[in-house]
Amino acid sequence: MQREINSGAVYVYEAPVRIWHWANALSITLLAITGYLVANPLPSLSGEASDHFLMGYIRFVHFAAAYIFAVGFLGRIYWAMVGNEHSRQLFKLPVHRLTFWRELLHEVRWYAFLEKEPKKYVGHNPLAHLFMVVIITVGGFCMLLTGFSLYAEQTGLGSWQDSLFGWLIPLVGQSQDVRLWHHWGMWVIVVFVMLHVYVAIREDIVSRQSIISTMISGWRTFKDDRP
Amino acid sequence: MTETFYEVMRRQGITRRSFLKYCSLTASALGLGPAFAPTIAEAMETKPRIPVLWLHGLECTCCSESFIRSAHPLAKDVVLSMISLDYDDTIMAAAGHEAEAIIEEIIEKYDGNYILAVEGNPPLDEDGMYCIIGGKPFVEQLKKAAEHCKAIISWGSCASWGCVQAARPNPTRATPVHKVPGLADKPIIKVPGCPPIAEVMTAVITYILTFDRFPQLDRQGRPLMFYSQRIHDKCYRRPHFDAGQFVEQWDDEAARKGYCLYKMGCKGPTTYNACSTVRWNGGLSFPIQAGHGCIGCSEDGFWDKGSFYDRVTDTHQFGIEANADDVGLAAAGTVGAAAAAHLAVTAIKQAQNKGEQDQ
Repeated sequence: MQREINSGAVYVYEAPVRIWHWANALSITLLAITGYLVANPLPSLSGEASDHFLMGYIRFVHFAAAYIFAVGFLGRIYWAMVGNEHSRQLFKLPVHRLTFWRELLHEVRWYAFLEKEPKKYVGHNPLAHLFMVVIITVGGFCMLLTGFSLYAEQTGLGSWQDSLFGWLIPLVGQSQDVRLWHHWGMWVIVVFVMLHVYVAIREDIVSRQSIISTMISGWRTFKDDRP
Repeated sequence: MTETFYEVMRRQGITRRSFLKYCSLTASALGLGPAFAPTIAEAMETKPRIPVLWLHGLECTCCSESFIRSAHPLAKDVVLSMISLDYDDTIMAAAGHEAEAIIEEIIEKYDGNYILAVEGNPPLDEDGMYCIIGGKPFVEQLKKAAEHCKAIISWGSCASWGCVQAARPNPTRATPVHKVPGLADKPIIKVPGCPPIAEVMTAVITYILTFDRFPQLDRQGRPLMFYSQRIHDKCYRRPHFDAGQFVEQWDDEAARKGYCLYKMGCKGPTTYNACSTVRWNGGLSFPIQAGHGCIGCSEDGFWDKGSFYDRVTDTHQFGIEANADDVGLAAAGTVGAAAAAHLAVTAIKQAQNKGEQDQ
């Protein structure tokens, strides 16, 4: 969050955070595609049922990617505890600080072409920070809860998935309700990913700091020395 | 007290051989090993019949209709004699004041020892005036009977969840049994379904009588032996689902071949019931076998969960009915267009800035 005033490069994203980011990118892509296909299956195949296992494979990819996402989520929480200061950004939002809201407004104005120049940030800018916490941390957690409670329906009563997550279904209503919310969550994440990718590329070009290369090398570099 | 089940059955002309056959059938219907057949037989021979009060609130009597069609055990020969069904206004001979007097008599005579079976539910608005039985609101009768009973069986989706009369906007505030305010705190077993399967109903009663306790229940109070798995989990069309073979239209080739009805909105994957194993009408068939998707009748609020024929059903929380896929696609399209427009403006701005810098 603190602003960097020199052009010196800063090591922001440690290796586990970068690996997590790209593993997430892959798993979320697979989850969204297969998730959509579970709700809206591909055109029907013909012939013997024993000749095909299409829906089974689609569901397998969904569950495998979900486990990668879940393990990554847990690993990311662990890294927030042992990693550097920036690794904790996803888990705390400084809503009590006036500067956060002021800079958030500045960032929104920058995107609305009302500011001539964006501010420089070592970590996420306030707008990105807000979206990351709401969509990735909170949203990801909701998708894990709803996803595993649905998964528990097939692992069955007494399975660890059922013991840990099965309570959610009666709480929400019934199985179909949980499916729908899980499905809505997919669309929220799809829209977020579209924005995220567009904004990351755009910022990389027009902002005053590195964006995409930072998630590859971990180093944040700046294009000018002005504050 | 009253006669034992065995005595009643013998009195009705059932041979000991038939009786033992019934015991082993019941044991297997309950998912118990063969060793339990003698236990059931012993219970039937020695235990006195438990009095049951079967009350009817707002309902359509489909539970009773289902119940009297039970094949194993046959409702006529066995169950109506097994339990001492002391009050059930639909099938009892008595009527009027004499019938209503029986309720008082049972409550007094078997205080704390009878089973209260509830079919339907009470409406709470206007002090329960939407359902009057014997001149009094049903909710009062229900509360009084619950006060003195041993345990409650909530028959069907009405008593368990609310069902059609509790569907939006629920004009009479019909309320499922376990949510009735001020109802005595008694163990409740839910046997949902619209109606529940006949054999499930009789098996639940048989279990309670044999072991003198409820079968194991799930989080929502349904017997695990019949409601622990989804229709989908034991559906005979499941291989077509896994293969990716679906009925796309009611009259297509896939429908004739009996492919999976998932795309036609089958609620098998979200419905906990025993239809795909126990089936209906003495194990003859069940909706999916007859070519129609499951409508999820044993699930909470199934009338309000959108179309029976959609896979991704509408969500009501946003004021209007919204389909997640429609809104999601529209949102993704809008955001994509917005991003493209934003990109264009960004490019123009950049060019302008560059021009200014060059000057």
